[in-house]
Amino acid sequence: MSGTTVNPARVTGASSVRRPRSAARLRRVDRIGDGVLHGICALAALLGVVTLLLIGYQIVHGAGPAISEFGLGFVTHTTWQPNFNLYGAGSVLFGTAVSSFVALLLGAPIAVSIGLYLSLLAPKGVRGIVAPLVEMLAAIPSVILGFWGILILAPFVQANIEPWLHNTLGFIPLFGPPQTTGASVFTASLILTVMVIPIIASISRDLFLAVPNEIQEGASALGATRWEVVRGVVLPTTASGVVAASLLGLGRALGEAIAVTQVMGAGSTIKASLFDTGDTLAGRIANQFPGAITEMHQASLYYLGVILLVIGLLSNFIAQWIGKRFDYARTMAK
Amino acid sequence: MSETAFDPTAPLTPTGNLRRRRAFNRFAEYGATAAAVLAVAVLAIVIYTVVARGASALSLEFLFTGEPTGIGPAIVGTGLIVLVATAIAMPLGVLIALYLTEFAGGRADRPIRLMLDLMNGLPSIVIGLFVFGLLVYGKTQSAFAGSIALAIIELPLIARGSQEVLLLVPNSMREAADALGVSRWRTVLGVILPSALGGIVTATVLAVARAAGETAPLILVCSVFDSRGVSLNPFEAIPNIPVTIFTLSEEANPTGFARAWGASLVLLSFILLASLAARVLLARSRSKVAR
Repeated sequence: MSGTTVNPARVTGASSVRRPRSAARLRRVDRIGDGVLHGICALAALLGVVTLLLIGYQIVHGAGPAISEFGLGFVTHTTWQPNFNLYGAGSVLFGTAVSSFVALLLGAPIAVSIGLYLSLLAPKGVRGIVAPLVEMLAAIPSVILGFWGILILAPFVQANIEPWLHNTLGFIPLFGPPQTTGASVFTASLILTVMVIPIIASISRDLFLAVPNEIQEGASALGATRWEVVRGVVLPTTASGVVAASLLGLGRALGEAIAVTQVMGAGSTIKASLFDTGDTLAGRIANQFPGAITEMHQASLYYLGVILLVIGLLSNFIAQWIGKRFDYARTMAK
Repeated sequence: MSETAFDPTAPLTPTGNLRRRRAFNRFAEYGATAAAVLAVAVLAIVIYTVVARGASALSLEFLFTGEPTGIGPAIVGTGLIVLVATAIAMPLGVLIALYLTEFAGGRADRPIRLMLDLMNGLPSIVIGLFVFGLLVYGKTQSAFAGSIALAIIELPLIARGSQEVLLLVPNSMREAADALGVSRWRTVLGVILPSALGGIVTATVLAVARAAGETAPLILVCSVFDSRGVSLNPFEAIPNIPVTIFTLSEEANPTGFARAWGASLVLLSFILLASLAARVLLARSRSKVAR
């Protein structure tokens, strides 16, 4: 193509300004440069993928002895006695499920309300201040939140909230008598709630902001109150996204290790009461791994890691699938 | 119900429902506002507690000496571990972002995005287990292993953040470069990267803020150390702030608690300042790129 263009140097008869040889070299350098940069970038991406696969392999490999010893029964067995080389994930699985569920139960409504406040209610100036503050909640390191949890939150909860709940709702076995230390599944759930809220709140705020204004205004014009606009337009169009956001929050709660170890009290049996001690998958690993000496103990902790990995990846996958499959707001925006 | 039969000639009369609907609306609005207030209040309480309790522990001696009077070596150690992690994660993250925005066709795009999302969703304790099995098992704990773990945590944050700004770079700039006959790699290095630099730095700062407080992997791969003196050897376990706070918080020892509050204050102020700075930078670079 370049051959068809008229070379001004040839027209005037003077010698070419840009010598063809150097132009060829330039082209060659550019070709090589393009290839190299493309190659390096692709290599980096590949390295990321390989790392992810390697993580999966390494965790399963580490769990090898425990997998061959206990098999799938490990997941449901509730005894965990390192002294007798008996391991089962049942009790920590229970603790993980309960604490994450309570955290989500408390956190999701609050977070969605915050999302609604930030997207629809708050004046512009307030919005610009509150939104970063809520996100800053996610920036607090879990070790500090956990430390605050044991020294400040746990005594308060143990002295005030737990007795009150026990007295009013004590007929349900969930709300048993408070323990003396304040380390409890309930306190851990509260800490997890604090961690889950900023994640769900910021995603749901973005979702609510993406709901087309026309349909909201249409509802308002028909006489709907603000709440009715939310109830009838905003929430239905974003429901799938909110569920996906909650699942992402759940993933965060499931995988949290440090704060839970600090606050939950490392109980090793299943107890009905929320106010008793318990432990989670991640918390058990963080708590016992540094002191695990026998191979089987270590492998069993790796096995807990495998379960954690599977649950975490699963919730992530489902969240993305829901987000893609049912994202009404996004398809509307397009 | 009689309401189902719509009679357009009927006079518009209030049903009496409006008061109830308004009241419920008011109630919902207050509820949403209260939720926001609650979240901000929790943040305020945590920060207030850390500042109030940490301030009394803070002194020059606390910041610059080792155990048992201060956490100087831990500050240096965290700095070193995070620095090495960022030196690994930042180039890789930016390259992955470049690959996604500039090179990857439709087919390579999705799996890599998925990879970043999954990596971002990995529990940090699992990353700790991975690095333990890879670098520590059968050998000794090391700061380098900690850096690798933190790099894995930082990578998706940096890549996603960089990708977002790279997408903000106007296409007209790429087209202008193409029209001038500039090759792809020169466009990327000379035009696209410089205009996205602000956003890339922001993403990196946010990732650093996240990594600096990460405790779970360090407990597994860099937790048995001598915290009396400064150590800069990346191939041994060196003191660091998160593990220091964790260990002190597990011991029921009042003077230890005081030191842990002090360490928390140091860590928290670094993290909050960093994320604040990142936010300011982001606002500035956004307006610059979009212009």
